[in-house]
Amino acid sequence: MKKTLLASLVLVCFHVGVCAQAAEVPEGVHLDSRQHLVRGNGAEPSSLDPQLAQDLPGHHILVDLFEGLVGQDAAGNVVPAGSTHWDVTTQKQENAQKDRQIYTFHLRRDAQWSDGKPVTARDYVFGFRRAVDPELASPYGWYIAMPGVLNAKAIMAGKEPPAALGVKALDDYTFQVTLEQPVSFFVRMLAYPTTFPVPAHIVEKYGKQWISPGKMVSNGAYVLKEWVVNEQITVARNTRYWNDKKTVINKVTWLPLTSETAELNRYKAGEVDMTNHTPGPQHIRALRKEIPDEIRISPQIGTYYYTFNTRKEHFNDVRVRKALTYAIDREAIATRVMNHGERPAIGLSPTSVAGFSGFEPEWVRMTQSEREQKARELLKEAGYGSGTKKKLSFTLLYNTDDMHKNVALAVAQMWKKVLGVEVRLQNQEWKVFLDNMQKGRFDVGRSGWLGDYNEAFTMLNLMTSSNDSNYSRFSNDEYDQLLEQAMLEVDDSKRKKIYGQAERILSEYMPVAPIYEYVTGRLVKSHVGGYPDQNPQDTVYSKDLYIKKHS
Amino acid sequence: MLKFIVKRCALAVPTLLILVTITFFLIQMAPGSPFTSERQLSPQVLANIKAMYHMDKPLWQQYLYYLGNLAHGDLGPSFKYADHTVNQLLASSFPVSLRIGALAFIAALVLGVAIGTLAACKQNSLLDYCVMAVAMTGIVLPSFVLAPLLVLVFSVNLHWLPAGGWNHGHWANVVLPVTAMTIMYMASIARIQRGSMIEVLNSHYIRTARAKGLPWRIIIMRHALRPSLLPVVSYLGPAFVGVITGSVVVETVFGLPGTGQHFVHGALNRDYSLVLGLTLVIGALTILFTAVVDILYGLIDPKVRCQ
Repeated sequence: MKKTLLASLVLVCFHVGVCAQAAEVPEGVHLDSRQHLVRGNGAEPSSLDPQLAQDLPGHHILVDLFEGLVGQDAAGNVVPAGSTHWDVTTQKQENAQKDRQIYTFHLRRDAQWSDGKPVTARDYVFGFRRAVDPELASPYGWYIAMPGVLNAKAIMAGKEPPAALGVKALDDYTFQVTLEQPVSFFVRMLAYPTTFPVPAHIVEKYGKQWISPGKMVSNGAYVLKEWVVNEQITVARNTRYWNDKKTVINKVTWLPLTSETAELNRYKAGEVDMTNHTPGPQHIRALRKEIPDEIRISPQIGTYYYTFNTRKEHFNDVRVRKALTYAIDREAIATRVMNHGERPAIGLSPTSVAGFSGFEPEWVRMTQSEREQKARELLKEAGYGSGTKKKLSFTLLYNTDDMHKNVALAVAQMWKKVLGVEVRLQNQEWKVFLDNMQKGRFDVGRSGWLGDYNEAFTMLNLMTSSNDSNYSRFSNDEYDQLLEQAMLEVDDSKRKKIYGQAERILSEYMPVAPIYEYVTGRLVKSHVGGYPDQNPQDTVYSKDLYIKKHS
Repeated sequence: MLKFIVKRCALAVPTLLILVTITFFLIQMAPGSPFTSERQLSPQVLANIKAMYHMDKPLWQQYLYYLGNLAHGDLGPSFKYADHTVNQLLASSFPVSLRIGALAFIAALVLGVAIGTLAACKQNSLLDYCVMAVAMTGIVLPSFVLAPLLVLVFSVNLHWLPAGGWNHGHWANVVLPVTAMTIMYMASIARIQRGSMIEVLNSHYIRTARAKGLPWRIIIMRHALRPSLLPVVSYLGPAFVGVITGSVVVETVFGLPGTGQHFVHGALNRDYSLVLGLTLVIGALTILFTAVVDILYGLIDPKVRCQ
């Protein structure tokens, strides 16, 4: 028997009064007559379908083409976008442990698709349903299932039809999402393309071919004009965008430049206004002298760390994992090996993530030499070192890349010098590397993670027992329960405390050795205005930028 | 001649079938799959994706399914670029590589033969040494050095030409990549041509022609050039296929949307259908141009024609 609704209680009603983000041109700034922005994009996007896209190049373009229920301001905070405000209610469920949570979004009435049709709640319903539809087989369907949108998991498993998803169009401009349990940070997740609306009338008309210039209809500040695979994607201003009056850039060209050197040359030749690659160590010193004002470094929700295979000999001993973690001189890696402004990482969640300022485990208060001393003691305690038969010797696996190599060399040297352990470095091509990591065929492996949304949960969730990306195979019931609690906790300060407890467990068991916090580093021409330096998700909407008059 | 062409065509089909079969099974053996990603997909999502690409069926069924589609000219959807089919990717990238490659090939052939001939005629002179030194530099200078060097000089410093991009094939965007590829191939052609021309110039009939008092220009153009081209022609077949199917380095440095980039990305992404499609196209072109070389041999050398 289906659980029946007992009561519907209005818990909170959010009427967010913050204005939507747009280009703010300071007084006195003269705009260039040619508002054409050229942006490096790192690689060819795997898809420009909001529900199929799964990589950063696709994400960069999609936030220009489409607009979801919410957007982000320059600092990465949630601001209204496709919806003007929203209400949150809870529903008590009979015979159920958790209450359901219902989000009702009130859509803006002036939003239009680029073909002039109004953007309605039906388009949002259509987008959400597509994301979990087994027929579309989106690799990002989990993004809808993870916060527990009603029936998402059952639909993905083929047990329920997509129409059973907990999303509803109450009328043309009211869109409702039902979650199986309260999720405090659900709204923050909605700035991500998987949740964007898609034009039902166009997708139904063209099928898979709707993603092509001339056919694609979008609701963002820009429309797709040209797509030459491996050369460029050009988008032009969508005159039907509800806030078009405040958009300044008329045209944006995205270049899928995979080579950092090629991108840098085109930047120097004046063909690129904003790069995507962080300048490598071979360039950064010279660039700091030549064009210091054009190097823009922003914090990023992401951490670079080494994963210990806790199922393997040596690494099933927490003392070994701790010893190896303490022996890494993070400051030296961040400032001398990386040198872009990275910060040493002490936990899995970076300090830039919203509502979480990190925590300070005991070992962080020690000096590096004290940590090294502690590391030696721990290793000796574990039975390794001089006078014992046990010898610590293992392979450090990383994917082929100069930067990873530099870090691996430095860390291996630190481990050898401090602990006398023998480390073999092994690099592998990306897919081979991933295959080995996922199948547990490694001792210590390079890892890194960039958050999908601005919440510590996006990072800490990685280490739960059921997470498929938990390559260390770390499993701790208390940790899993804490993460579940965090998801349900609506009080920000309490949630922050829970995250701190989770980090403490990680610090106690050390399944991963955090090394540094990522930053976004790119070159931005001085004539580009409005660049957000503090968005930790590297969401740079072209509509918020403008080009100043320049020669 | 007709018999020869028919025979070659008849042989091409089983050759390509063997090529496709080997590639189909070989690429499946590479570690990882098109769907291996940093965020490991849940078994359910993976099953849905595999079902969409018919990869939930046994390998032999997938193979027959691929061949069935192939018979209709359908190379399948790209595993990496979800919005495109392999046919679309090849149709948009091949003309770019063909244009750059064909221009570079013609330039390399004309300049290479001219330089090689000139060096052979002035064998062991200062001119010979200078010309061949330049040619050798072209051979030893790898394209990943040469191409960025051209960009640095002509785009970044002098601002004469664009540093990259295709721009619908605008001449200014074509100059540097064509130059880079020309230098790469010209050097090899010049070296082969020089050696072959020296050999021809030492033959009896050339000596006879000189004894008859024929002008040097006539001897070279009428009697020596054609036979000296034979080794160059045998090099041209595979070189032409190589040049028109794109160079990954040149395309990456200049940001060109050609097939060269698909080679590397296809393999790295385990984009099975893209790799198969490319292998098939290159296989077909190799067979075609080897046949063309054989026909050219016959046209150039009467001895071959008689055989």
